[in-house]
Parts: sequence; C-alpha cells; structure tokens
Amino acid sequence: MHLAVWTYEGPPHVGAMRIAASMRDVHYVLHAPQGDTYADLLFTMIARQKARPPVTYTTFQARDLGGDTAGLFKAACADAYDRFRPAALLVGSSCTAELIQDDPGGLAEGMDLPIPVVPLELPAYQRKENWGAAETFYRLVRAFAGPSAPPPGTARAPRAAGHRPRCNILGPTALGFRHRDDVTEIVSLLGRIGVDVNVVAPLGASVADLARLGEAEMNVVLYPEVAGVAAAWLGRTFGQRTIRAIPIGVLGTRGFIAEIAEAAGLDADVLLAAEESRLPWYSRSVDSTYLTGKRVFIFGDATHAIAAARVAAKELGFAVVGLGTYAREFGREVREAAAEYGVEPLITDDYLEVEAKVAELQPELVLGTQMERHIAKRLGIPCAVISAPVHVQDFPARYSPQMGFEGANVLFDTWVHPLMMGLEEHLLGMFRDDFEFHDGAAPSHLGHAPTPRTEPAPEPALAVSTAAPAVAPAAPEPPGQPGWTPEAEKELGRIPFFVRGKARRNTERFASERGLVRITVETLYDAKAHFSR
Amino acid sequence: MHERGQREVFCGLTGIIWLHRKIQDAFFLIVGSRTCAHLMQSAAGVMIFAEPRFATAIIDERDLAGLADANEELDRLVTKLIARRPDIRLLFLVGSCPSEVIKLDLSRAAQRLDSVLSPGVRVLNYSGSGIETTFTQGEDACLAALVPEMAEAKAEDRSLLIVGALAETVEDQFRRLFAEMGVGPVTFLPPRRAAELPAVGPGTRMLLAQPFLADTARSLETRGAKRLAAPFPLGMEGTTGWLAAAAEEWGVPRQRFDDAVAAPRRRAAIALAAHRERLEGSRIFFFPDSQLEIPLARFCAAELGMTPLEIGTPYLHREHLAEELALLPAGSRIVEGQHVERQLDRCREARPDIAVCGLGLANPLEAEGITTKWSIELVFTPIQGFDQAGDLAGLFARPLSRRDRLEV
Repeated sequence: MHLAVWTYEGPPHVGAMRIAASMRDVHYVLHAPQGDTYADLLFTMIARQKARPPVTYTTFQARDLGGDTAGLFKAACADAYDRFRPAALLVGSSCTAELIQDDPGGLAEGMDLPIPVVPLELPAYQRKENWGAAETFYRLVRAFAGPSAPPPGTARAPRAAGHRPRCNILGPTALGFRHRDDVTEIVSLLGRIGVDVNVVAPLGASVADLARLGEAEMNVVLYPEVAGVAAAWLGRTFGQRTIRAIPIGVLGTRGFIAEIAEAAGLDADVLLAAEESRLPWYSRSVDSTYLTGKRVFIFGDATHAIAAARVAAKELGFAVVGLGTYAREFGREVREAAAEYGVEPLITDDYLEVEAKVAELQPELVLGTQMERHIAKRLGIPCAVISAPVHVQDFPARYSPQMGFEGANVLFDTWVHPLMMGLEEHLLGMFRDDFEFHDGAAPSHLGHAPTPRTEPAPEPALAVSTAAPAVAPAAPEPPGQPGWTPEAEKELGRIPFFVRGKARRNTERFASERGLVRITVETLYDAKAHFSR
Repeated sequence: MHERGQREVFCGLTGIIWLHRKIQDAFFLIVGSRTCAHLMQSAAGVMIFAEPRFATAIIDERDLAGLADANEELDRLVTKLIARRPDIRLLFLVGSCPSEVIKLDLSRAAQRLDSVLSPGVRVLNYSGSGIETTFTQGEDACLAALVPEMAEAKAEDRSLLIVGALAETVEDQFRRLFAEMGVGPVTFLPPRRAAELPAVGPGTRMLLAQPFLADTARSLETRGAKRLAAPFPLGMEGTTGWLAAAAEEWGVPRQRFDDAVAAPRRRAAIALAAHRERLEGSRIFFFPDSQLEIPLARFCAAELGMTPLEIGTPYLHREHLAEELALLPAGSRIVEGQHVERQLDRCREARPDIAVCGLGLANPLEAEGITTKWSIELVFTPIQGFDQAGDLAGLFARPLSRRDRLEV
C-alpha cells in the first residue's frame, strides 16, 4: 500500500480508453463497477470532446456480485456491438473487475461476434496509464497491421523513383498534452521538408489505417510512452526506420529534421535554412539577460522532461537544478539527461517525494505537471506546465503546440510568463518596503490585487529553520543546525524572496561544514562569496 | 418505472469533494486503487491545493498477494499522514470497490487506529464504493458513520437537528428563521468542525435537508430521534413546507410563522418571477445523479411552470420523498435506476428544452443540439432556502439564456 495525495498517472484501463477514444471505429467494453464512468469526463470535460468516448461499462453493483457478472459482461458486449457497429472491439477489466476474475477476453471470444475482438490484459495493481495506452496500441497494431507483414527476413524494397518518402506519425492520443497541435505542427513541417505522412495513429486513425502502417518507410515516434512498443514491433516486422528525435525546442526540432533527412536521403542543411523560430532571437535579446542562471526544477513524463531540460539549459540559459520523471519505464533516459546537467535524477511517482525535493532545492521556477502546480503554490514558486497530467486549462482553444518551431515560440512565452519581470525584480532588490511591490507579493504583471505587507515578510517552506535564540546555546547544536543571530536573520530578509531559500540553505551548509555554531552577518557574506553563482 | 443497464453516475467517493470543505478539520483517506485516486484528482484537481484534505492509500500487488499485511500497511500510512497533518482531528477511512471486494475490514482498522491516536484524532470509517453507493450516498454513508459519535442528549431536551451538508450562508439563514419562530435549539449534522458534533436523543426532532440520507436517518432514529415528514427546502414552497413541519412540531402559532416567513417569501417570489418568464412552458428531462431530481422536478413544475418529461433518480426512498411525490404533477414519469443508452434514446426522441445530466453526457448532448444543465453543480451550489430560490431557478435559466445570447 502506498499513500497517494495526487497520482501522476491513472490506471491502465484509462490508457486503453485513450487509445479507443483516439480512433474512429474501435469500441471498448470495460468490465467495471458503477462509478468508473467518471473517466468519460476526462474526455468530455477536460479535453472538451463533443462525443462520448466509445466505451461501454458493465457498471456492476454489489447485488450483482453474488450473481452472474460474466453474463452481465456478455450482455454489454452484445449490446455494444448492436448499437455501435464498430470495426473492432477491445475488451478488458478495470481494477475491481480484475479481482473478480471474469476473463473478458475469453468471454467475448466465445460469443462469435462478427468483428475482431482484441482482449486486453492490463494489470491494474502493477501498471499505470501510459503502460496501458502503449500495450493497447501495440495489441491493436499487431492485430491489424500483422496480417500484411512480409515473411520474416524480407528486405524492404527501396522507394520507387520520383516518390516522396513516406512516414507514419505514431503516439498522439486523445487526452494527450498538446497532441492535437503537435500533430498539426509536425505534419506541416514534414510536408515542407518533402516527407509525406502515411498514417497518423492512434489519433484519428481507423482499423483500416492500422492495416496500412507497413506501407510507410519510417515511423516518427512523437510520444515514446505510447508508441514505443508498437514502433519497435513495426520496425522489426516491416524493416521500417524509427525516428526517435523529439522535436521539442529549437535544437530538438533541428535534430529531428536532421534525423529524418538522413533517413530519407534528403539534404538537411537546405531544409534547416528555410525554417525558423522566434525563440533564438527572443532569448538573445537583452530583455532576456536576467533569465541567465535562473534555477529551474523540471519534472514530468520522460519525453517532455528531457526536452524541457535541453530547452531550459541551452536555449533559455537557465540552470537546471533538478530533473525527474514519474515514468519508471524511462528512468534510464532521464538518468542520462540528469548526468549531462550534473544533477541528481529523481525517478519517482510519489508526489510527496517530488515536493520534498522541490522544497530542498528551492528553485526559482518549476516546470512540471498539474501536480507540481500544487507544490509550487504551497512553496510560493512560479510554475509552468510542460507535461501531462494536466487539467482543462491545458487543452486550450488557441493553437499551442509544444513541438516544432512554433512550439518553441509557445515554450518561450509560457515559461517566462510566471517569472517576475526584470525591472520589477531589480527594484525589489533595491527597495524592499514598498507597500504595493513588496517581498512575497505576486509578480505585478500577473495582475493580483496587492497583498498587504506582513511583518516579518513571509518565507515560504522554511518551517524547518526557525530563528535562533538571542543567547548562544550552552552546548553546540548538532551539525547542520547552526543558529542565526537576529542581525544575520534580518540581513537574510534583504535577499529577494525567490533566491532567499537557496541563500539560507547555502549559508547553513557553509556554517555547518566549518563547524560554526552561530551564523552572523559575516557568515552570510562569507557563504555568499564561497558559493557565488 | 425501474430500469437496469449501464449507469452513468459517480460513486460515493465524490462526496469527499464537498465534505472535506464542510468539516474543516477532517481528513478523508480512501483505501482503494489508482482508479479511486484518479477519480478524486480528476474531479477536484482543477483547484490547486496547497494542502489537500484527502488522499488515497493505493492497494498494490503485494497487498493482494498477501505478502504485506494490509493492516500494518494502513497503520504505517496513517502514522505518516498524521505526522504531516497534525491539525487533523477526524480521520475517515473510506472504503472503495477494491477494498470491499477483497473484504478488507476497515471498521476494525478504524477502531484499532482510533485507540492508538485518541484523544487527538478520532478515526471512523464508511464506504464510498461504487458497488454500494451512488454519488451523494457517499455523504449519507459518511454522516451515518458520525451518528454513533454523537453525544447522548437527555430525554427531556428538545432540539431540532438539521441533517445534510448545507452551505454556510444557508445554515445561517435557517438558524435566523428558526430563531424568529422560536424553534430550537437548532443543531446541524455535519458540523463545521469535528468537535461541534451535536447531541442526539429521544427529544431530538430531525429535518432532512437532503433527500439522499436514508441510512443516516435510520441511524438517528435508532438513537431516538424522530424525523419530521416534510418536502425538501428547495424553492419557495418547498422551503415553506419544510419550515412549517418544524413549526408545527414546536406548536408555533400560525401568525408567528407567517410573520417569520413573509419577508423572505416575498423576496423569493420576486426573484423567481424574473426566471419564470424565461422558463415557463419549457420541457425538462432529468438523468439520474444525486436523488435531488424529484424535489427539483417538483420545484421546476410548481414554481417555474416547467414540464418534467422524465425524472430519473438513482434510488427512490418512497418514505422520505412521500411529500415530494404528492406535489409532483400527476402522471410524471419517474425512472429509478438507469440504462444510459436507452435513456439517451428517449431524451433524443423527446427533444427536451433542457436536460439535467452529468458531465459525461452534457457536452455530447450539447453537440447534438440539446441544451443541458450539468447536475453536479446542483450539489455544489447553495440552492436551499428562500433566498436561494432565485439562484436555483437561475441555474436552469442560465443555459437557456446563454443559448439565446450566442450568435456563433
């Protein structure tokens, strides 16, 4: 058992729903108790879809448990087929149905429905949403692309002369973070560089489209969390090249173009010359100088977290002080990326661990998920969302890709917005007692009403460090707990709030490393010189 | 009419979303699966919480395989939780479908933890599982768990107990009205803080403020309380009938009652008239959700001149709703239970002017051109009492007025 205040991923059957809801003619019969239909809201409310997701639930209740729940399941399958006439049926269990062991796959196959049935085994007590999505997509791809597979070992025929290279785009789903606009951006980019798109799947695909997957010569895996497994199988089966570069950020997009150009035999330099994002100029313009070395903590799914770290460090000039993911399946990739920035990787799906890490690191900006917004609020740190899980505000009406060159423009605006703007930051460092623009007040461009100044100024998340007693303690305090003199405490208060936590931590570390019992103003400045950033 | 099939409803866990705000020093720990945790954050996670007052103890495969002693695991998590949140005074262990199916005995776990954590923290349990409870029944189960905790009132002490979570302003309005009539003392279940739990005894008379409190009422009756039969305090007439039931029990003279309610009744009439103009003659279709459907349909018909085409309810407690049923237009079609696909067929065929339904159906119906009022809002909004009658009518009028305004 583990305590979850918030969970980064839903159960695996929600991943399966995302695949079913992405496609056009697949229906999913889910053996689940009454109440599990809440998941429909994810699609109809959070992603604002116009149709109900193609899911029939058995919604059994306590009184059904003594009776024939298997019969209930079969009736639901028959009803769903009669009513929706899908091209294929997915069948599976939710967590509670897994406990009652009715075997939906076996039951549905025994019904002789006139359409293919794809049974799903999604272990709800071990696996999570993205795994469920990946497994479901893989099962569907095998079931429908599989029959057109050439005999093993067949070499792929070269592209006929005069034809443009063709690729599949794999991974975008319903309820994916910005998948809608990422697909538009990448399809358009591919079109400009001379690559045709064969099938986009699962988003918008039909069962017949899946059967055509083998016709493309390469697979663009935009979201490895969903499509990695299916792409690996397609690569092996059809001899297709897999494009793994993630086109997030300017560098990411350039790398993506280069990889495709190489695979398709096109000239990358020509392609790159024509493409542009505003991010490089915005980031070089002097207004952005104050962004240099801003300490940023990054957390999300592995794909978005790794890409965000690269953009933060190399395109915006931030200092990455923490990098992590909730996707254990991608731990290796995140560890490698963390090593590149010299930070300790955080691989966990425990929200409280992430919170503790953010509190410890005291970053000036958090790039994370909806969950990190809770953490950032508690700790009073600016935050922007880079990855699922997200809520309704991150399914915007406007065009807002994360990928491609327009995506880089979006990232620049989104990440810089929550930070206090340069002039305000400077003035706050000089004059600390303004009634309106004071310490701990929200950045004024975010438009909150002035918060009354309180004495002493609030210090987020520092409950562990309490002010030292005025008189030095008789016995030395344990290491790591040096006391602050009132003068030093006051001087600390003069440091702008967004770096104060870091300054306090550094000074305490400096003092305890030197065995100092009391922190004076001198110690504070000694530590500042020692750690000068 | 009774119907069975796929039910598009919430489970009782969702009650936590308003209960955690109502009882401010309570914490709700769901013992369930990742699905339960996901439900809660999908429903509540749009609010950004610095310190949420609910969480999930997620059962994993080690618990199922019997490798981990579920009780020891639970004790460990609760200890961790209490250390993090020392301000908690009342902890609910909330059962879910998985915990019920594997027959994890949460009532014993609650007793054990209670003996360890008392007197600082009381630990109680109830089930919010989908297999046993539908949406607002979660509140019923929670309040029923509180009943044994209530102090014993002396037999000769007469008091009025209002049962069901109400908005704070609504509570205060009712308090003032009862005071004017000379009815009292008045207490409320649930209280705003754990320590303010009212006493109950043979002198207690209870008014149900909500129609979904079957188990709570039964538990209170075993403690000697007597239920006053009344319609629910929705709209001008419902509120009058509800207050009158208490006034009658307390022997309040007719004149004093009329004096007390005259001004708010007048205000309610004015507020209702504004909306009646837009709503009169509209045809309304209720999908089952909260058990509020029958009182709401009665209000819509009697006070706004609307025609209920179908009134779906997840569960129909005939005794508690007897006064409401008597006030419904004759021949109203009431459907207990649900077969969502067939009900959607009936709704599409009837083409109501407004359909009251859950969020899983609302946008899809709007996309089909049927105006909807999402039903959950009726549980989250102050709608009881005279001064909310206009607001309640406004909830139905707003989607229609929006449709009138939008030109795109």
